[in-house]
Formats: sequence, structure tokens, C-alpha cells
Amino acid sequence: MDTHHITPISVYVKVYVILMLLLFATWAISRIQLGPWNNVAAMTIAIIKATLVFLFFMGVKYSSKLTWVWATAGFLWLLVLFGVLIDYMSRGWIPVKGW
Amino acid sequence: MSSQLVQPSEEYLWEQYEDRKQQDESYLVGMWTFLSTEIMFFGALFISYAVYRYKYPEAFYAGHEYMNVALGTINTAVLLTSSLTMALAVHFAQKRKRWMQIGMLVITMFLAFGFLGVKFVEYGDKFREHLVPGYNFEWNQANVNRLEASTAPINIIPSLKAGSLPADSAISHDAQMYFIIYFAMTGLHAIHVIIGILIMMVFIVMLVANHPSVRYHMPMEMLGLYWHFVDIVWIFLYPLLYLIPR
Repeated sequence: MDTHHITPISVYVKVYVILMLLLFATWAISRIQLGPWNNVAAMTIAIIKATLVFLFFMGVKYSSKLTWVWATAGFLWLLVLFGVLIDYMSRGWIPVKGW
Repeated sequence: MSSQLVQPSEEYLWEQYEDRKQQDESYLVGMWTFLSTEIMFFGALFISYAVYRYKYPEAFYAGHEYMNVALGTINTAVLLTSSLTMALAVHFAQKRKRWMQIGMLVITMFLAFGFLGVKFVEYGDKFREHLVPGYNFEWNQANVNRLEASTAPINIIPSLKAGSLPADSAISHDAQMYFIIYFAMTGLHAIHVIIGILIMMVFIVMLVANHPSVRYHMPMEMLGLYWHFVDIVWIFLYPLLYLIPR
């Protein structure tokens, strides 16, 4: 059987409304002083927004397992890259001359 | 949410594939391979952003004070809306409603132009304010302009609050790094928006002409994936560049 998933318009509109609400939330939270939690909140909301776009607008939710692997591989690589930041945090732990 | 039959199986089945399912999947895998290279491309810039913000937190805060948060928020809304209309264009392509597809693509293209228009205004402000590294970056001049233009009490940097300007601001060099990263990231993103507009134009012309290459819905889905990826990049750029907390 040759089928292809078609996401209904209502799903797209719902996701869009949630995205706009999250955009408003990002802006509203940035107006409040929460110290380091401002960053945590902004990045958490950004990741939720990106995930919604990824799953519904890009349709990964309805795609095959192979597409899943391919689509998530790039983002996993990005996580590995961010492991570089550990070096910036830990470099001072052991004093080495010239660093 | 049910799977529907989009098109007859035999139609648009290229000879190297078993069936349309296999063919559609290879389209998706190919596009995601390209998007993975794009993640690496932008990822390098995101990591440099993280490193320099970790190194110069005060300068990044001071630099972000020059961002127009209202315009940045509007642009995020514009891009999210364009993602919706692009998703609808793909939806109508799958349902073979050609004129609805063209309509949605035209709206998406206008939203993309709107995004670039706002970016143009923002870049113009940065040029006027002496905040373009390599061209006219003068941190003190920018602060003086800001001080003169503002009627509200200023609290950008302590020396300004005190009413005196140091000959050479200590964070000038570090703040310049913020603007280098700002222009690199938003510039690369804007190039992607421009490429998106060009591809949309080609699709619109080919769809109006009812060209056989675009009657099959997968090429349209590929354009959709590209556009949503550009949207995802901006979803992260917006809080990182415009909403830096103190």
C-alpha cells in the first residue's frame, strides 16, 4: 500500500497557536529578573518550540524509523559539540603554567 | 490522524525504486543529510557564541542593550507565521490543490520579505550607531549617541550612569565581539532566508506553469523542511541575541 501521511490543517493551526504563546512567554519571562533562571527558561522554551516545529511542521513524528535516525543524528552531533564547553569550565582546575 | 492515499502508486515512480514509499523515504533521508550539514554549519557559530558569552558576560549584556527587542519579537512572529503557511503549502501540495499551494507559497514569500525588511531596518540602525565591527565600530560614540537620544535615565554601564565618559571603555573590545557574532549569525541566517525566497520564486513560477517536476509533492516537502530549519535557527537566535538577562 502506497500511503503518505497528510497532517490535517487543524493540527498545524494548533501547533502554531502554541508556538505564538511560547514566543509571548519567552518575551514575558525575559522582563522578570530571575538571575540565571532567565537563561534556563529561555532555552527550555526555545527547545520546546524547536521540538514542536521538528515533530509537526517538519512531520518527523509521522515519518519512518530511518528518517527519525537521520533527522536526529545532526542534533545529537550538536550535543557532542557542546561538550567542548566542559574544557572552558574545567581548565582552571589543574594549574598549568602558560594556560 | 489517518494515513491517506496521496497519489496513485505508479505515478512519479522513478525506475530505480521499488515503490513510492521507498522513493519518498530516500527524498527525506537525502534532505536530512543536507540539513545535518546545516546544523554543523550553524552549530559552530552557536558554540562560538557560547564560548564568548561565557568569557565576556558583561560585554554581551551591554551589547544586547542595543538590540531592538520589539523588532526582534515581531520578526520571530513573522517567521513562525511563515512556517505555518509553508506547512499549509506542503499540505495542499499533498492534496494536489495547486492554486491553494501557490497562494500559501506567495504568502510565505511575502512574510520572508517582511522578515528581511525588518532586518534591514535593524542593520541600518547598527550602522548609524557606530556598531558595525570592521566598518565603523566605536563603542564610546555609540554610548554618547544613546545618552543624547535617550530622555530616560541611562544605566548601560556604570561610568555612563555617573555622567562621565571614560576615554576608552574597558569593555569596548569585548562588546565588539558580541556584534561580530551578532552579524555573523543573523547574516548567515538572512542568507538562508534569501535562498529560501529564491527557491520559493522558482516553485511559484513552475507551479503556475504546471510544470511536471513540481506536480509530485516531495520536492515541495523538501522546500518545507528547509524553511522550517531556517525557522528553528531563528527560534534559538531570538533569545540568545535579544534577551540576555543581567
